Formats: sequence, C-alpha cells, structure tokens
Amino acid sequence: MPDEPPPRPAWARALDPARAFVEEVGTLGDLALKTFVWALRPPYRFNVMVAQLEFVGVQSVFLVGLVGLFTGMVFAVQTIYGFRRFGAENMVGGVVSLTLSREMAPVLTAIMVAARAGSGMAAELGNMRASEQIDALETMAVNPVQYLVVPRVFAGLVMVPVLSLLFFLVGLGGAWIVGVYGLSLDPGIFADRIRTMLEPGDLTQGLVKSLVFGFSVALIACRHGFYASGGAVGVGQATTRAVVWSVVGVFVLDYAITSILTPVG
Amino acid sequence: MATEEPHVKVEKLVKVYGDRTVLHGVDVTIDRADTLVFIGGSGAGKSTLVRHLIALERPTSGRIVVDGVDIASLNDVELNKARRRFGMVFQKYALFDSMTNFDNVAFPLREQTKLSERDIRERAMAKLKDLGVEHAAKLTPAQISGGMAKRVGIARALVMEPELLIYDEPTSGLDPVTSRTVDDLIEEMREKFGVTSVVITHDMVSAFDIADQIAMLIRGRVVAQGTPAEVLAVDNEDVQKFIRASGVEASRLATRRPRKDSRALAAVARARAPRGG
Ligand SMILES: Nc1ncnc2c1ncn2[C@@H]1O[C@H](COP(=O)(O)OP(=O)(O)OP(=O)(O)O)[C@@H](O)[C@H]1O
Ligand SMILES: [Mg+2]
Repeated sequence: MPDEPPPRPAWARALDPARAFVEEVGTLGDLALKTFVWALRPPYRFNVMVAQLEFVGVQSVFLVGLVGLFTGMVFAVQTIYGFRRFGAENMVGGVVSLTLSREMAPVLTAIMVAARAGSGMAAELGNMRASEQIDALETMAVNPVQYLVVPRVFAGLVMVPVLSLLFFLVGLGGAWIVGVYGLSLDPGIFADRIRTMLEPGDLTQGLVKSLVFGFSVALIACRHGFYASGGAVGVGQATTRAVVWSVVGVFVLDYAITSILTPVG
Repeated sequence: MATEEPHVKVEKLVKVYGDRTVLHGVDVTIDRADTLVFIGGSGAGKSTLVRHLIALERPTSGRIVVDGVDIASLNDVELNKARRRFGMVFQKYALFDSMTNFDNVAFPLREQTKLSERDIRERAMAKLKDLGVEHAAKLTPAQISGGMAKRVGIARALVMEPELLIYDEPTSGLDPVTSRTVDDLIEEMREKFGVTSVVITHDMVSAFDIADQIAMLIRGRVVAQGTPAEVLAVDNEDVQKFIRASGVEASRLATRRPRKDSRALAAVARARAPRGG
C-alpha cells in the first residue's frame, strides 16, 4: 500500500466521538438559526407550507390514532392489574391520563412522526442534494433553507402538538373502553379521577414537550437530508441517521424538560 | 460611459477538497456578451470552476469578481439578489422531480417575477417549444428521457433571460440535430439579450462554432485561452492532442458562422439591466 497515513494515537481516536458530537451540535444550531432567520423573511410560500402540514400531520392521523388507542388500552390493563393489589383500581382513570399527557402522548407521537415523516424528509432532501436540485434552487435565487427546511420544521412544530393531543384523547378513550367495558370499572369514578388528578400543569408539560420534540425531530431530519453527501448510499445513511438521532434526541430532551418542569423532592 | 470592465474575472482561484487540489490557481476573464467555452478532459475541474462563478462553491483562495463585486464578500441576502442575474444548466439536469416539466420551467418566473399566471404559462410554453419538448410539459422529469430532461433544464435556465448563463455540457446526450439547435439558442440569447455565456462542452464543433474565447482546462490549470483561431494555433502538446483526438478537421473548426460583435451587444445588455456603480 503506498503512502498509508500514519495511524493516529489511541487517545486521539478515543476523543473522536466527543469531537463529532460537538460538531454535530454546531451544525444543528447553525441550521436552526438559519431556519429562524429565513422563516421571518418574505416571501411566505403558503402552498409549500400547507403541503408539509398535510404530509406531517394529516397523513399521520391514522397511525397516531391507532398507536394511541392501543397504548391507552394496554396502560389501562397494566394499571388495573398493578393497582388492584392494594385495592386502588379506581385510580386508573387518573393515572392513565397523567401518564398519557405528561409522557406517552408527546414521546410516542414524536417517535411516530420521526419514523414516518422524518425519514421521508431526510430521504427527499438527501435526493435533492445528490441530484443538485438544492443547487438549482440556489441558482434561481431561492434560498433552499427557506424553501425546504422552514416549511418542514414549521410543520413539525405545529403538527406534533396537534397529533399528541389526538394521541392523548384516543388513548384515554382506549383506557375507558378497557376499564369500563372490559373490566367493569364505574364510569363515573373513572371520569372523576381524571378530573381531580389531571392538572393544567400536566397538559402544559405535554404541550411544551410536543412543541420541542416536533421542532427537533423535523430539524434533525432536515439536517441529515440537507447536508447528505455520497449519492444513493449517502441518502440511505442520512435517512437512517435522521431517524436514529431524532429518536435519541426525543428521549434526551424528554428528560431535560421533565427535570425542569417537574418539582420533586 | 465607464471603461469596459470584464463581466466576470476569476483571479488565482484555488479549490481544495480534503487533501485533493482540484483547481490550482485559475485566472480567467470573461467580457460582457462574450461566449467563453471551456474544454478539457473529464475530471479536469470544469464543473467545479463554473460552480464557483455563481457561488455554489466557496474558493479555498482567490477571488471571483462579477460585475466588479467579489461574490465571496456577499452575505446570504445580497447573494440571493445577485443570483437573479445568473442562470445555470446543470450537467445532470437538476430538475425538481416533485413537479411537472412545465412547473419546472415556470418555477423561476413564479419565484422571481410578478407576472400573471397567464404570462408565465405563455413564456414557459414558448421556451419548451423552442427546445422541442412542449409535448412533455405535463409529464414529470422521471417520465422523460435524459435528452429531453436536458432540454427542459435548458428551457428553465433560459426562461429568465439572465445576464450570465452557465451551461454545463448542454449538448451531451443530445442527438446531432438537437445539439445544433441548442448552439443556435445559445447564440440567440447572446444576440437578443446580450447574455454572457460560459459553456462547458466536449463537442468540438460546437465549441469552435459558438465561442468568442476558448479556455482549455487540464488537471485544474488553464493551459490555453484565446480566440478559436488562437487556440487552434497554440503551441501546446496537450491542446493539440485534444483537438486531434476530437476527430474533427482543423479546417472545419476554423470556419465559423458570422457573429455579431460583443461590444455592441454589451450595450444591449447594459440597457436592459440598468444598475448603479
Ligand atoms: N464535492 C467534492 N468533493 C471531493 N472532490 C470533488 C468534489 N467535487 C468535485 N471533486 C473532484 O474534483 C475533480 C473535478 O471534478 P469536476 O466535476 O469539476 O470535473 P469536470 O471537469 O467537470 O469533469 P467532467 O467533464 O467529467 O464533467 C474530480 O476529480 C472530482 O473527483
Ligand atoms: Mg463536469
């Protein structure tokens, strides 16, 4: 082999992931900043925006509803099973509504949107990069961040909260069906426990989370597609990374937001 | 009137990707309303060079001065504005595959002008017709052949009638008759609107037919630049080899169609786009 570069010392290679992480945060921050700035500048392309709202939101309704329904049903069964041990199965409505609003609805909705819409965004933008369509936009004096990234991030920001609300309501419905019809809980008590235990703060936390998740899932997906390189292989990798990192991001951010908004101890 | 300054001036342009130097200090000037043709082997850096002219790439070092302004010094918004005066035909078409061919050609008109939808329709269809692909208007880029896609790409770049048009291999993949049509269109843009054209081509007949200036790029260096006659006569082994290998008789290359003078056309261009400074 001619002129192999000399192997780098082990300590330098051990630091690579840390450096890559810092660079990645930098890239994301830079793209986020550009997205904000270009979102405010005219022109505002409403039809492009509507197309993305439709892609992220409307096309996810069925999927999110389905997952929400089953999550609520499973949760009801598990809670009743656990709480029956100390005779507290009447709490089930309250517990399920708390868990759904604070955690399950925003987190699972964001993951579903990452899997469905995020992968699609990364693949589409990656292909546009590979086939020079993004360059073509630039030469036609259309800023590609404004034309491509802004509507997608906006759609994530708007639609993940809406879908989370849907998830929450359908999930409660699922729990109701299992609790009241399957395990013959008293419907009045079920509803009363929701009313007494669920506080505005729970819904706020869910809303804050879903806003942050929606923004970050779409931003991470766009980042991987937008800066993809290396042809079809690169686009494939970009799609995988978009899903993996946006899901990881959701869990990390979930802990961060939870610890800020939840007074314990 | 100010003394004639070149439309585009590339000074000591160096581009490095990783540890590979693709452009080794390129100097080129292009006069207004001239047609500059780049020839040179595959991988010589021609596409990379022209991508710098419209700031799709940032130089590692060196300057690109367009209309007296160093384009590396422009911010996002200024650059966006400057690009309204540029157009580019991409080597691999770069059509938006989420739209029909018609919408592709209409796209720059919708984005950059306030024309009514009817005028846009008329203009875009006229351009598609010029290139003989009006029947593909309602299809998407994925549904047409490479040669047709190339022509739609050309239509999209020409429809705005920009001041500086860059063609990256506009005739590759086209049949000989269509290739001559494209040559005619490049010439027509110049005569009608005083457009400055930069053309990359491997087609020697076309190169010698449409060029005011020919520049030959080999491994990231300009080894010859001059009028077609000068380049034919230049005493450089690489250049002569390239011309011989094209298989076209030098005498054929030396006979050219009559052309209008660039200086007169430059006045047309300036009158069309009045601008301070
Ligand atoms: N983004 C990039 N990263 C790394 N290398 C690149 C990049 N773009 C171009 N190159 C390299 O630069 C060199 C010149 O490429 P370029 O596309 O400019 O050639 P070209 O003269 O247009 O060739 P062709 O006639 O085949 O189109 C090639 O060796 C290519 O590998
Ligand atoms: Mg090329």
